[in-house]
Amino acid sequence: MPASHTAEHASHDLRHHFADMEQQKETATLGMWLFLVTEVMFFGGMFCAYLLYRLDYYTAWVAGSERMNIYLGTTNTAVLICSSLTMVLAVHFAKLGNRKATAIFLILTIVLGLGFLGIKAVEYHEHWVNHEVPGPNFHFEAPKPGASLQYSPKNVEIFFSLYFAMTGLHAIHMIIGVGLLTWLLVRNARGDFSPYYNSPVEMTGLYWHFVDVVWIYLFPLLYLIRHK
Amino acid sequence: MASAAITQDEKTNYLNADYGIKSWLLTTDHKRIALLYLISITMFFFLGGFFAMLIRLELLTPAGDLVTSDTYNKLFTMHGIVMVFLFLIPAVPTVLGNFLVPMMIGAKDLAFPKLNLASWYVYMLGGGWVLYAIITGGVDTGWTFYTPYSTTFSNTNVVAAAVGIFIAGFSSIFTGINFIVTIHRMRAPGLTWRRLPLFIWSNYATSVIMVLGTPVLAITLLLVAAERLFHLGIFNAQLGGDPLLFQHLFWFYSHPAVYIMILPGMGVISEVVTCFSRKRVFGYDFVALASICIAVLGFLVWAHHMFVAGISVYAAMVFSLLTFFVAIPSAVKVFNWIATMYQGSISFETPMLYAFGFIGLFTMGGMTGLFLGSLGIDVHVHDTYFVVAHFHYVMVGGMVMAYMCGLHFWWPKITGKMYPEGWAKLSALLTFVGFNLTFFPQFILGYMGMPRRYHAYPPEFQVLNVLSTAGASVLAVGYVLPMIYFVWSLRYGQDAGPNPWRAAGLEWMTSSPPPTSNFETTPVVTWEAYNYDEIDKQQEVPVAS
Amino acid sequence: MWSNLPLFPARASTLAGHVDALYFLLVAVTAFFTILIAALILIFAIRFRKQKHPVAKQIHGSNALELTWTIIPLGISMIFFVWGAAIYFTETRPPKDSMEVYVVAKQWMWKFEHTEGQREIDELHVPEGRDVRLIMTSQDVIHSFFVPAFRVKADVLPGRYTSTWFHATKPGRYHLFCSQYCGTAHSSMVGWVVVMTPGAYQQWASTGTDGSLASTGEKYFQQYGCSTCHRSDSQGRGPNLVGIFGKPVLLDDGRTVVADESYIRESILNPEAKVVSGFKPIMPTFQGQIDEEGLVALVAYIKGLGNGMANPPMPVNNPEKAPYPVPPKPEASQATPSAK
Ligand code: HEA
Ligand code: HEA
Ligand code: HEC
Ligand code: CUA
Ligand SMILES: [Cu+2]
Repeated sequence: MPASHTAEHASHDLRHHFADMEQQKETATLGMWLFLVTEVMFFGGMFCAYLLYRLDYYTAWVAGSERMNIYLGTTNTAVLICSSLTMVLAVHFAKLGNRKATAIFLILTIVLGLGFLGIKAVEYHEHWVNHEVPGPNFHFEAPKPGASLQYSPKNVEIFFSLYFAMTGLHAIHMIIGVGLLTWLLVRNARGDFSPYYNSPVEMTGLYWHFVDVVWIYLFPLLYLIRHK
Repeated sequence: MASAAITQDEKTNYLNADYGIKSWLLTTDHKRIALLYLISITMFFFLGGFFAMLIRLELLTPAGDLVTSDTYNKLFTMHGIVMVFLFLIPAVPTVLGNFLVPMMIGAKDLAFPKLNLASWYVYMLGGGWVLYAIITGGVDTGWTFYTPYSTTFSNTNVVAAAVGIFIAGFSSIFTGINFIVTIHRMRAPGLTWRRLPLFIWSNYATSVIMVLGTPVLAITLLLVAAERLFHLGIFNAQLGGDPLLFQHLFWFYSHPAVYIMILPGMGVISEVVTCFSRKRVFGYDFVALASICIAVLGFLVWAHHMFVAGISVYAAMVFSLLTFFVAIPSAVKVFNWIATMYQGSISFETPMLYAFGFIGLFTMGGMTGLFLGSLGIDVHVHDTYFVVAHFHYVMVGGMVMAYMCGLHFWWPKITGKMYPEGWAKLSALLTFVGFNLTFFPQFILGYMGMPRRYHAYPPEFQVLNVLSTAGASVLAVGYVLPMIYFVWSLRYGQDAGPNPWRAAGLEWMTSSPPPTSNFETTPVVTWEAYNYDEIDKQQEVPVAS
Repeated sequence: MWSNLPLFPARASTLAGHVDALYFLLVAVTAFFTILIAALILIFAIRFRKQKHPVAKQIHGSNALELTWTIIPLGISMIFFVWGAAIYFTETRPPKDSMEVYVVAKQWMWKFEHTEGQREIDELHVPEGRDVRLIMTSQDVIHSFFVPAFRVKADVLPGRYTSTWFHATKPGRYHLFCSQYCGTAHSSMVGWVVVMTPGAYQQWASTGTDGSLASTGEKYFQQYGCSTCHRSDSQGRGPNLVGIFGKPVLLDDGRTVVADESYIRESILNPEAKVVSGFKPIMPTFQGQIDEEGLVALVAYIKGLGNGMANPPMPVNNPEKAPYPVPPKPEASQATPSAK
């Protein structure tokens, strides 16, 4: 494909159907933002469901929230915020063309991401052991035996359904993110990125931050509502 | 004119640039991907039509005697799912849009060619999944998947079907993102927003809906699947869940989706009416703006499908009011098309006949939408055949007509061959007559009170049902015929030349079929859209061969 | 053959005429625009055909025209909106003092329970010339109550009450359809509404029943231990329920709600949702313990407490009796099919 009409340095990075690197870059950025819009809508449906039921079943929601492991949740929030920082640094060094630093921060981000998933798995396990996973084995009792419940335990089951749906979907996004980061690591090692061409790193960064932001909303909604 | 700039070797085009199955299945050329879509979508259309014929045959007699009621329920469900998600939503955007959007804006390809190919694979995967659901027993929830029936009571392949639609949804998202980015970033120099063909505007509006709406449907169906698979209980009334929540989420997508199913068709009609009237479109700005208004307002009316579902009276009134607002831009479009014909120089090739059909039938379909938007009447006709007739008028009489219209119009561009005009006119006529015979009686049936999704019905409804079934047979002939002559024309059709209709638009300024890169040099646009006066003044159609 | 081909539904309620009038207007407007547009296409196609009119005259557009065909359709559709909304308003507001029938829908049958105690399946007897209000709920999926001759339809949902009403004007048998898809036998979830002259209805209604619905409810009220807290004086742990129906209730979060059927149902199943001001939220939930027909009876009983149709609950000696009385098994109801 003749790319004669462009005098860019990195003409091998220019896909045939773009006029120049700038157009290519702008295109990728707009595309990524649009993708994030679809992601917002994706999570939005569940947030709506959450809000609606929270209005109806507030006490059941508080009861469900009391079953969350607040320590693990808080740790995870910290882990994720740190990973955003390392991601920013990875993008920064990719733009400078510093391959080694980029690699280090990508690896750190991956480690933190995996850490988050590991902690989440521990939490899921706890819920499983405590019969808090919705379904036939779901079992929920009032904290004090004998005291009468003002909410139906079934409504707590809805809370847990939403908990698993929302954090599960978030976790799937994290797994995809870790996959993308690994792919970046390989490409970085191959020397694909340069100060002129680094949009994959930047785009993955956007995605990673987005996934973080989703958690920043999930955390208070699921873990903190018990504190009135 | 930029005619001199567009030169190329007649011999190589996107069809013969490369051979072999791999060159098709791994192509990133938007034109080849459009053809991949064309083939798969046609397949699904006939599958959906096959189900429709079985539905109509069953309804020939009042008793449920041809198939069991379970089978009948699966038939209309699969008819709806296949037709909506696997045929009509992707039809115009992914076939005509894929082919034409880059060409009309003077680009070499869509912004993300690999994403485009991926969208086809995702579509095929989703479609395959739905087929799997069908073959291994089918689904019986209706295409609307209402809970709690779908989550707790149905014992059919709901999960497989929902996952299939979920996957196919990503193909819409990919296409939508691709179109928006392409239209924003890849227009040829000089091609300002107000010089864009209206087809581009309507695909832009469609893409906005696809990007904003599809994810909501995706997550909703995912939740339905999760509820069945993992016993999550989000819509489950037995746990205190709200059965209406599902309907809100579903229609939040599926009402805008009906505009996904009409806007691209409106774009086709704008191109065809101008070409065969040899005129600038009347009120360009208004037609373009109407598309955007429909896309935006379309997100605010979803609960008009729920007027009798138990929502509050005041909510119902607001949604009814907004429903009337969203109807106005459609009316504006219709009047502008008519005005475009005024003082034109009109000829009656097949695409124009389909366009006439579209305008008339869409008007009827749209006006009957107003019946449904009127609260007092909707209470009576909701979930009756009146609704069935309404949406077939807009979807089949409207969008399928527009799709056929566009297919005939751009067939010469896509294949380089002309279809046989006589046969094509016959099929246009057959579809028009067959269509009305099929679906007009259903309005009457609906007002009389025949509920939809009924396997058996009281005997007094029979005569109208017989008419409807008779019409469907005529309609079937009208659809099978083009299948035959389109294929025939590939071999025996006349060579079309670059611009058989002497039409405006960049896509006509390159050879037919176009070369792989569409244009050798990027065209520079210095003229307004639909400059038919300039084209008609020229002896030669502006293209160098 | 003409008798086989009715083209219009029977008109047998006070509402039907209103709906039909708006319908005819819409038909007329639709016909007008369809014919107008078809005629314009035809006229332009003939007058400006290529052979006769070889050179098109370019016209850019006209703001005046655009405005015209925006405003006129908008105006017309506002008529439809207002009129349609007005009918809907009447459709959804049952008149006071209607006769009431409770409807419990399930796959695939309609159960009707009259307040006098008659129970019917797939057939509903009502008198001509009276407002009849239906209070409906479903035991499984969503159904929809549809009587074309009355132009009346309302979805019947699990987990809540919906209601609709009609005023039949002509004796006869009219189709009752379930119009919301509800599974295998959706199309046979049909029945009849039998409209009788008042005299005939009186006669029908006086045939043997085993006590009114409210008296059944009273039994449940004792059985489920409601009476341990709800007494007909101010000494109970829960509010006195006598006379609350239809009255506004002040809640502890400051809101006020009217105690209608849905409120009572919600109070039983989800008491925390709306806590009465001045009371602690100690009432246990009865979700899953009382079936829909039992709930209907309880609702009818509590309603009856207001208008003297039912006996007020007796003060109980031992209010400490277990708050979780063992619920009696709901009377043999058909097993509901569920997901495999
Ligand atoms: C292509 C698809 C498509 C399109 C374009 C439309 C367009 C419209 N639809 Fe339709 N609709 C469906 C597909 C579509 N619909 C489907 C699939 C369903 C049923 C789903 C299911 O339940 O399975 C449905 C159901 C449906 C309902 C719910 C009915 C019910 O279930 O009870 C309603 C209610 O308001 C409605 C209204 C409208 C309106 C007001 C428009 C308007 O946008 C129409 C605007 C067009 C015009 C008005 C025509 C132009 C008019 C003129 C030129 C004349 C002058 C105009 C005036 C005087 C205003 N539709
Ligand atoms: C995009 C949309 C689309 C299209 C194109 C059609 C096309 C048709 N539809 Fe469809 N229809 C829907 C969307 C569509 N429909 C939806 C969404 C529903 C609601 C489903 C639900 O309730 O959940 C519905 C429901 C529906 C019903 C109501 C069923 C019920 O409620 O009980 C009926 C009944 O007449 C019907 C008829 C038809 C007919 C006769 C056609 C005709 O136009 C079809 C014409 C095409 C053909 C006839 C194909 C020709 C080919 C052959 C005959 C060859 C045979 C095949 C092989 C050899 C493989 N449709
Ligand atoms: C443990 C005591 C207790 C039992 C048993 C009990 N209730 Fe209650 N009930 C209360 C209290 C306390 C309130 C007020 C607080 C609230 O609204 O939750 C109340 C509120 C109500 C209300 C709303 C009253 C109003 O004034 O608005 C209704 C209706 C009701 N109960 C019905 C019942 C029925 C029917 C039963 C039996 C099936 C029952 N209750 C059993 C304690 C009880
Ligand atoms: Cu019950 Cu349909
Ligand atoms: Cu709609």
